[in-house]
Amino acid sequence: MNRPDAGKAPIEEVNAPIRESAEDALSARSADIPEKTVGNITHADPVMVCRGVDVFYGDKQAIFGVDLDVGRHQVISMIGPSGCGKSTFLRCLNRMNDTIDIARVNGNIELDGKNIYASDVDVVPLRARVGMVFQKPNPFPKSIYENVAYGPRIHGLAKDKVELEEIVHTSLEKAGLLGEVKDRMDQPGTGLSGGQQQRLCIARAIAVSPEIILMDEPCSALDPIATAKIEDLIDELKQNYTIAIVTHSMQQAARVSQRTAYFHLGYLVEVDETDKIFTNPSHKLTEDYITGRFG
Amino acid sequence: MSTIVLVLAVLALGAFYLGRNRATALASGTTGGLRGLHSLPGHYGLYTALLCFLPAILLLFVWTLVEPSVITSKVISDLPAETQELGKDRLGLVVNDIRNAVDGNVAPGSLSPEVEAAAAQYQSLRNTSARLRTVFAVALALGGLAFGWRMINPDMRARNRVEGMVTAFLIACSMVAILTTLGIVLSVLFESIRFFQRVPATEFLFGTQWSPQTAIRADQVGSSGAFGAIPLFVGTMLIALIAMCVAAPIGLMSAIYLSEYAPRKVRAFAKPLLEILAGIPTVVYGFFAALTVAPAIRGWGESVGLSVASESALAAGLVMGIMIIPFVSSLSDDVINAVPQAMRDGAYGLGATKSETVKNVIIPAALPGIVGGLLLAVSRAIGETMIVVMAAGLAANLTWNPLEAVTTVTVQIVTLLTGDQEFDSAKTLAAFALGLVLFVVTLVLNVIALHVVRKYREQYE
Ligand SMILES: Nc1ncnc2c1ncn2[C@@H]1O[C@H](COP(=O)(O)OP(=O)(O)OP(=O)(O)O)[C@@H](O)[C@H]1O
Ligand SMILES: [Mg+2]
Repeated sequence: MNRPDAGKAPIEEVNAPIRESAEDALSARSADIPEKTVGNITHADPVMVCRGVDVFYGDKQAIFGVDLDVGRHQVISMIGPSGCGKSTFLRCLNRMNDTIDIARVNGNIELDGKNIYASDVDVVPLRARVGMVFQKPNPFPKSIYENVAYGPRIHGLAKDKVELEEIVHTSLEKAGLLGEVKDRMDQPGTGLSGGQQQRLCIARAIAVSPEIILMDEPCSALDPIATAKIEDLIDELKQNYTIAIVTHSMQQAARVSQRTAYFHLGYLVEVDETDKIFTNPSHKLTEDYITGRFG
Repeated sequence: MSTIVLVLAVLALGAFYLGRNRATALASGTTGGLRGLHSLPGHYGLYTALLCFLPAILLLFVWTLVEPSVITSKVISDLPAETQELGKDRLGLVVNDIRNAVDGNVAPGSLSPEVEAAAAQYQSLRNTSARLRTVFAVALALGGLAFGWRMINPDMRARNRVEGMVTAFLIACSMVAILTTLGIVLSVLFESIRFFQRVPATEFLFGTQWSPQTAIRADQVGSSGAFGAIPLFVGTMLIALIAMCVAAPIGLMSAIYLSEYAPRKVRAFAKPLLEILAGIPTVVYGFFAALTVAPAIRGWGESVGLSVASESALAAGLVMGIMIIPFVSSLSDDVINAVPQAMRDGAYGLGATKSETVKNVIIPAALPGIVGGLLLAVSRAIGETMIVVMAAGLAANLTWNPLEAVTTVTVQIVTLLTGDQEFDSAKTLAAFALGLVLFVVTLVLNVIALHVVRKYREQYE
């Protein structure tokens, strides 16, 4: 791994005045990126272990040698300035990057000890184990029931109608949506409010009983009340699921996650317990970001 | 004619500079300088130029439209009385002779002196008219110029007036297209009404016998003819149905392949290739159908012991289907591409395979748009003429058997109107009635299709 000028950060820089614009700061501070991720990349009980992950879009590298463990049954949040590669990294975890022609992933990402990028791995069961919720709610143009039933159907999770119905109900229940939709299950999912749609998408993801749920800015299109509901939901879901969430809201990261990873220009700068990151970050870049100096 | 337009253009150019200079001159007299003007000097120039150019050019246009009929009626009224009493048709021939004589399209000496005289008169009237036209147009242009020039003062809202004139001009241009369409529709409508005065609409719409062999000329003996158009409607539908059976699945599948499966390189080269199919003239498809496909089907049918007409609905339908494949595929491709990426991501994120995503998410999401596209394709198939003229035959058989020869509405319109005929025989008028039906059907199809497609677009905005 080569990082030009890495580690040679001049000491004066640390006390340098706040930059005029975030962009200025980004380009100028690329030299500050540490040689090795600061904090603690490992976890005692990891579900996913990522080592040396590089991602390229065509010739352009978007992720540089990221090492990170995702701990079981906890929430890890990924923060960082726009364009730093959070979504790109998240999409590596269930190989969603495969759907982009020009994207190429190097390195090792293990799910329970098995490299998901090995040539014999089938993405279909992988994505059933690692589900995803997107930034903009994207219910299918089908009924509420069909939206949730879709995953179990294609994976053959239900033996019969009754069982399928049960899966749909428990998923909606867990997503905290059942009460609001139980007497209009046959109406189109697109007719729900934004927050309801996002919970429907969460229910849809839960319905295939994934082990891990990836969420890419799940609340950015929602109002504060809907956001609070989803945050409560995430808090509950971590009993049974592992959640990796990308967010632009520092408060959200602090509220819902146990660990936080700070990305910068494609590098993973610092990862640690959320409390530690938000109270006492070790790296200057992290500190600048969470104190709102840029990003 | 072109010289005078050039003269007008030069005048307009002069008017522009005059107007602009006057505005600038006036402005320097006011306290605010150029800011004292309501609009920019250029707007005043444009205003003067438009006032100079537009009325004059409009006059030229109207004059050119009206001139021939005015001159003709004048010439006719000066013809000897016995010629004038010849009756409408014969008089028309005489007028034709006169016009030909004026244009020098006849051998000298082949005309009666009477026509020669009239032609000379026609020619001189035309010369006078041209001179008058020039004088009036230039006078109008100068008048407009003078008026505009005088109107200029710092408070005049030249910019708004220019905008207004430009808007009016654009409206006028678009009216040309609209009015022409309206004119065609009305003429078809009126001729159809004349047809329905002779043949009852119920007989036309529900009759099952089609043999429009009325006497072509009044003095000819012939059968009275039958105008039941059901066989034509059935033939048209049969062929359109066969065509859609070919085009809908193939077009849709290739659209799915191109938009969802094909690597970018394949797409970059296959999509234009498919669209080239749309550029082949229909007459080429027509002889392909008549000379290659129809005999092939006939041969194949005979080899399995079926009797196939040498001109079969199947041949025409198949080839027409191939013709509209690119139409279907490019419309479906647009619609499929309009399905948001988020929808695909949602399905892939759940672990759906490509074909599951296509089948369960993309097609349902795109379905209204696809249906709209198919309806447009149907209306094309119904209105298509060349292939069926060449490959479907003329026999108005009332049958759903695709191996027999059938005929279609468009084919019958063509056969009714080609060759010698009287313009107001029932046979000729029947073509208008058929045209009306065709027009109404395709119009309804298009309106529904466009409505569906638009609705679909809104869904994702
Ligand atoms: N499909 C793509 N093709 C090419 N480059 C891409 C693509 N997607 C992302 N990138 C590039 O990769 C880099 C990281 O993008 P990514 O979307 O992961 O950022 P992000 O951290 O999620 O930003 P945001 O907070 O704005 O969502 C960016 O420079 C972006 O331009
Ligand atoms: Mg992102």
